[in-house]
Amino acid sequence: MNAVDYTKEPPVVEGHPALADIDEMVARPLDERPTKKFYIALSITLTMLLIGAVSLGYTLFYGIGMWGNNQPVGWGFDIINFVFWVGIGHAGTLISAILFLLRQKWRTGIARFAEAMTIFAVMTAGLFPLIHTGRVWLAGYLFPYPNQHHLWVNFTSPLVWDVFAVSTYLTVSFVFWYVGLIPDFATLRDRTKSTVKKVIYSVCSLGWRHSARHWQHYEKAYMLLAGFATPLVLSVHTIVSFDFAISIIPGWHTTIFPPYFVAGAIFSGFAMVVKVLIFVRKVFDLENIITINHFEKMNKIILATGLMVGYAYAMEFFIAWYSGVNAELFVFINRAMGPYAWAYWIMVSCNVVFPQLFWFKKIRRSIPAMFVIALLVNVGMWFERFVIIVTSLHRDFLPSSWGMYIPTLTDFGILIGSFGLFFTLLLLFTKTLPVVSISEVKAGVDGSQPSRHGGDNHE
Amino acid sequence: MVHSQAVTEVIIMNKKLYGYTALFDTPDGIMAAAKKTADDGFTKFDVNTPYPVHGIDKAMKIRPSKLGFITLFFGLLGGALAILFMYWTMSVDYPMVIGGKPFFALPAFGPVTFEVIVLTATLSTVAAMIALFFYLPQNNHPLHDTDYMKTVSSDKYGLCIEAEDPLFDEKKVQTFLSAAGGKNITPVYNPEPVKYPLLQPKFLAVLAIIALSVSGATYFTLNKLMYMTPFNWMSEQEKLTPQRTYWLFEDGYGMRAPVQGSVARGFIPYPFRDQSVLEEGGLANPLLATEEVLTLGKNKYNTFCSPCHGNHGDGDSRLRGQFPNPPSLHTPRAREWSDGQIYHVLTVGQNVMASYEPYTTREERWAIVHYIRALQRAKNASDADIQLVRSDNNAR
Repeated sequence: MNAVDYTKEPPVVEGHPALADIDEMVARPLDERPTKKFYIALSITLTMLLIGAVSLGYTLFYGIGMWGNNQPVGWGFDIINFVFWVGIGHAGTLISAILFLLRQKWRTGIARFAEAMTIFAVMTAGLFPLIHTGRVWLAGYLFPYPNQHHLWVNFTSPLVWDVFAVSTYLTVSFVFWYVGLIPDFATLRDRTKSTVKKVIYSVCSLGWRHSARHWQHYEKAYMLLAGFATPLVLSVHTIVSFDFAISIIPGWHTTIFPPYFVAGAIFSGFAMVVKVLIFVRKVFDLENIITINHFEKMNKIILATGLMVGYAYAMEFFIAWYSGVNAELFVFINRAMGPYAWAYWIMVSCNVVFPQLFWFKKIRRSIPAMFVIALLVNVGMWFERFVIIVTSLHRDFLPSSWGMYIPTLTDFGILIGSFGLFFTLLLLFTKTLPVVSISEVKAGVDGSQPSRHGGDNHE
Repeated sequence: MVHSQAVTEVIIMNKKLYGYTALFDTPDGIMAAAKKTADDGFTKFDVNTPYPVHGIDKAMKIRPSKLGFITLFFGLLGGALAILFMYWTMSVDYPMVIGGKPFFALPAFGPVTFEVIVLTATLSTVAAMIALFFYLPQNNHPLHDTDYMKTVSSDKYGLCIEAEDPLFDEKKVQTFLSAAGGKNITPVYNPEPVKYPLLQPKFLAVLAIIALSVSGATYFTLNKLMYMTPFNWMSEQEKLTPQRTYWLFEDGYGMRAPVQGSVARGFIPYPFRDQSVLEEGGLANPLLATEEVLTLGKNKYNTFCSPCHGNHGDGDSRLRGQFPNPPSLHTPRAREWSDGQIYHVLTVGQNVMASYEPYTTREERWAIVHYIRALQRAKNASDADIQLVRSDNNAR
C-alpha cells in the first residue's frame, strides 16, 4: 500500500474488467431484490425523516414560535441547515463539472454519485428557506409573477438572488445529471429482462442509440454544461454568502465571505462524498471502480480546502483588529471567548486541526481514519455556520438588545429530518439508478480508446 | 416488439430494408472500418458504440457540432431579457427607492442576470440537442430491440450502412462489411408503419385529461395558492365594530350598551326637553356678555338664525315667503322672556322652528342668547344707552 507511484496516473478502473462486466457490476444492485441490510438502513433513515416530518408539522401548525429563534437571533437552525446543505451539494458539481473541465479522469467513477448527492442536498437545503418564511404555502410569492397588486420581487435583494441561484442550481444540476444518465438508461434498457423496467428505461433513455453522430453532439453538450455548471456552483455559494455579507451586522459584513464560503462548501461536500462512498463501494462491490486512489485524491482536496478555510478564520480575526472597528473586534473576541466559545473551538478543531492529519499518506489511504476525519469535518462545518449566524446576531451593536439563542426540540427534530430526507433519497437512488456512469467508466478503461495508429488523425 | 427468429423471417417479406449492420470487437477495428466507409463515399451510415470513441467523428467525416451557437444565442437572449425585465419591473412598472439604489441598479441586477443566462443556456442546449439534433425521443427506430443494438449497448462496436444511401447495394454492402472485418453482418428492417388516427377516442381522452389538469393546476395556483389578498388591513381589522355580531355576548351583538346612567363627554343631557315653554328661573346664562362671547353669538346668529329672523331680529326673512315668517324678536313677549327660555327654544324648537341642538354647542347657543339680548337692547335703546354709546365712541 505504501508503494504508491505518484509519477504515473493510476488506472481509472482497477483490475482491467471487460466492458460487459462493468454493466454487470453497476447494474446488479438494480436487478437484485433489496437485501435485509438495505431495509434496515431504509428504516433508520425513514424514522429520521418521520421525526423531521412531525417537527415540521408542529412548526406548520403552531408557527415558527416552536423554534428557538428570537430577538435578536432571528436566524437559527433554519438558515444554518440551509447553508450547510447547499454546501454539501457543491462537491458533486465540483467533481462532475470542474474536474471534467480539468480533464481529471479519475472523476468518472464517482461523478454520478456525487451529482446525485448534489441534487438531494440542494433539495434538502431548499426546504429550509421555505419553512423559514413561516407560511410555506405562499412560497410562490418569491418568484416574479403577475399578481393582483402589480407587485414585483425586489431584484436588488440578496434573498431574491438566493431564490434564483438555488433554483437555477437545482435545475441545472438535475439536467446535467439526467443528460449523463441517458446512455446508461439505453444500456439498461437493452439488458433488462423485465417488461416493466424496459418501458421505464425506454422512456427515460428517449430512444438513445449510442450513435457516433449523437455522441459527438452529446460530448459537446456535456462540455458546455460543465462550462456553465462551474461558474454556477461558484456563484451559488457566493450568493448564499451575500445573504450575510450585504448586511451590516459585524462578523457578516466582510468581503472575504464569497471565497470563504465556496471553499467551505467544497470542503464539507467532499467530506460527505467520502463518507457515503465508503459505504457504497463496500455494499455494492464497486472497489474496482471507486478505488482507494479516488479517496486519496478527495482527501487531498479536503486538506487543501481545509487550509483555505483555516486561512479565512485567521484573516477574519486579523481584519477585525486591523480595521479598527470596535464592533467587529468585539464580535470576534466574543466568538472565541464568549458564551458560544465551545462552538467556535469545535469549529476550529474539526475544520483546521484534524484535517492536517491528511498530510500523512497512511491516514490519507486508511478508510477508518478518513471516515472519522470526514465526519469531524462535517460536524465542524455545521458549527461554522452556527458560529457565523448565532454569534454575530446574539451580540451586535446595542448591548441592551443582546440575547442568547437556545434551540428547541423541534429545531433538532427538523435537523434530524433533513438528514433523514437526504439519506432516504440516496438509498432509493442506489437501488433505482446506476450509481456509476457506465458509459463514462467504459470510456476510461484501459484499451477502450483506439490506439494512436487506429484512427489516423484523432487528438 | 420482440419477435422470435422464425416469426421475423416471415414478416421480413413485407418489410422495407433499413440497412446492414456489422459488429467489431475493438475500437481500432471500428475506427478503421468507419474511415473506410466514409472514404468509399457512403454518407448515410452510422457507428454505434457503448461510449464515445475518440476520433471517430473525424474518421466518419462528420462536421464539428454546431450546438454551441444555440447555447450562445439563448444565453445572451436570456441575459438580455432578464435585464430588460428587471429594468421594466424596478424602473417602469413599480419604481421604488430601495436602500438608496437607483431604479436601474445594474450591479445589483448582476446575480439574477447571471443565473438566468446559465439557466436559459443550459436548458436550451439540452432541449435543442435532444429534439433538434437527435430527433429524440424516438423509441420506434428500426435499430431498437435488435441483437445489434443490445450488443453495441454493452461491449461491441457497430457499423450500420443504411439502405437510403445512394451507393447502397445489398450484395456489395455485405461484401464491403466483411472485407472491413465486420462480424455478425445482419440486415435490419423498418418496422411496419403504424398509423395513429388523430381522432381516436384514447388520444382525445388523453388530450382532455392534459387540458383539464393543466388548466385546473393553473387556476388553482394563480387564484387559490398564489392569490394575493387585497391589502385591506386598514379597513378590515380584527376588532369589534358597531353592527358586528359576536358570539361571546348573550344578545349576540358586538356593540355594547353603555353602563346605566353613563354620560358621554361634553354631552350633558338636557332635562327640560318635555316642556314646551321653560318655566321661569329654570336656567341662567352661564356666560358673561364679553366681546368674545358676543362675537361668537353674532357669527352663529348670522349663520343659523338670520335666514328666518332677519339680520336684526325683525322677523324679515330672506326666504321671500318660501317659509312662514317667524315673529319679530323685539315683541314684548320675547323681550320679557328669560335667557333660559330663549335658550330652551333654541335647544328643543318651537312651532315650526326646529331644534338647533345638533348644529350648535351649548356655549354657542348661550352666546346666541347674549347676542339676541344685544339686538333687543339696540332696537329699544333708552336715552341712557345712547349716551353710553356716544361716550364710548368718543373715548375711542
